[in-house]
Amino acid sequence: MKTIFTRGPSFLLRLSIVIALSLILFLADSQFNLFTSVRIYLNSLVSPVQYAADAPQKLFSALSENLVTRQALKARNQQLEKDNLLLKADRLLLTQLQHENNQLRELLNSQRIFTNKRMIAEVMRLESDPFTQQLLIDKGALDGVYLGQPVINEQGVVGQVSQVGSTTSRVLLIVDASHGIPVRVQRNDITAIVHGSGAWNKLNVPFVQSNADLKEGDLLVTSGLGGRFPAGYPVATVTHFDYLEGALYADVTATPVALLDRSRYLLLLWNDGRIKESDLSLDSLESDDVTSP
Amino acid sequence: MSPARNYRIIYTSFFIGLICAIFPLPIILNAFRPEWMILIIFYWVLALPQRVSIVHAFVLGLLQDLLLGSTLGTHALIFSILAYVVSINYQRIRHFTLVQTTLLVGVFVLVSKLSLYLLASSLQDIVLHRDYFWAIFTSMLIWPWFFLFMRFIRIYFKVV
Repeated sequence: MKTIFTRGPSFLLRLSIVIALSLILFLADSQFNLFTSVRIYLNSLVSPVQYAADAPQKLFSALSENLVTRQALKARNQQLEKDNLLLKADRLLLTQLQHENNQLRELLNSQRIFTNKRMIAEVMRLESDPFTQQLLIDKGALDGVYLGQPVINEQGVVGQVSQVGSTTSRVLLIVDASHGIPVRVQRNDITAIVHGSGAWNKLNVPFVQSNADLKEGDLLVTSGLGGRFPAGYPVATVTHFDYLEGALYADVTATPVALLDRSRYLLLLWNDGRIKESDLSLDSLESDDVTSP
Repeated sequence: MSPARNYRIIYTSFFIGLICAIFPLPIILNAFRPEWMILIIFYWVLALPQRVSIVHAFVLGLLQDLLLGSTLGTHALIFSILAYVVSINYQRIRHFTLVQTTLLVGVFVLVSKLSLYLLASSLQDIVLHRDYFWAIFTSMLIWPWFFLFMRFIRIYFKVV
């Protein structure tokens, strides 16, 4: 019972409607960012598929975690206890240093707030768009994840949240070609911006003066200037610094500190200090001091 | 035969196809992942053009966009054009031999990969790897078996 004449509108009409729709979607999404709020619902719509595709992997890793010999567990436990001891010993000193730092900063009248709230998220190793560098994580709006949230791992900055669903979200990595992050050189506080290159382990640092004091091996840390990333987290190390005679800007490339394609757990940070740091009450206090005497 | 039952089989295959499209693979094999959604859409439009056609392909493309996190509308556009081309030529393509349809699949995947690249490169600079095109060969390699398997499924469950 197959006929050439189908019910409903003709194929060509349907095609033109659908092409127009997709072009509108394409433009609205890429140029005007109209879907940032609707994306929560759209991503929640497809998250069952994502969890289904992730399930075998999760099951397998759960199995392999359960099937460990007593010997291996003991050795691992011992190792972790040792690590813990060393880290705790470091922390003793750290609290002391923090206290001292606070006192010094109080003397200078410039307090700095450290963010404490954070959350561990697990990476869902699913295929993503081959042209963008992004990861899917298993936390979403229900866990309090918000758009533009900074994401780090134990080595350094990984990226920021670019799409939020109710139970999943996407992290745009710092190596994505559309990503930029304000940094400073740890050694001498030169500020710069690190752009992604689109390749997995290369970052570009454009607009660095050719006479800038920068050399290979310098660590770049977040400067906190954009207000999105908290200051002080390592981002990348400079791998190449070169300039042409007479050129205005040097040719600088860097490589990310964090192993972006190998991390399984990520940390989501809540950047509470954002509002407090831009609070100008401290400055006004200082100016009060100047005027009162 | 109720239409609901037909659609149940078809939608199950779509669901499995979407899972296969994002299923985690080792990095070495990842470049060889066949374009499952193109194969599935091609098969169903060829077999039942009065049931699965442009609108289905559009919705599947949107879902694929959401799953991969690409700009909305890219896969939707390409899948619906593919469905259109197949649905106006399905009577001719049905008389093709398996070798000819395999070549046709290769052309479809090549064109879709190229247009995906063009659409994405209109938005930002892109580094194109040679691995990107391996999927054409794996899709062609898998198509004959996929076709026979899907035909078996369609006849076994009497999907019309």
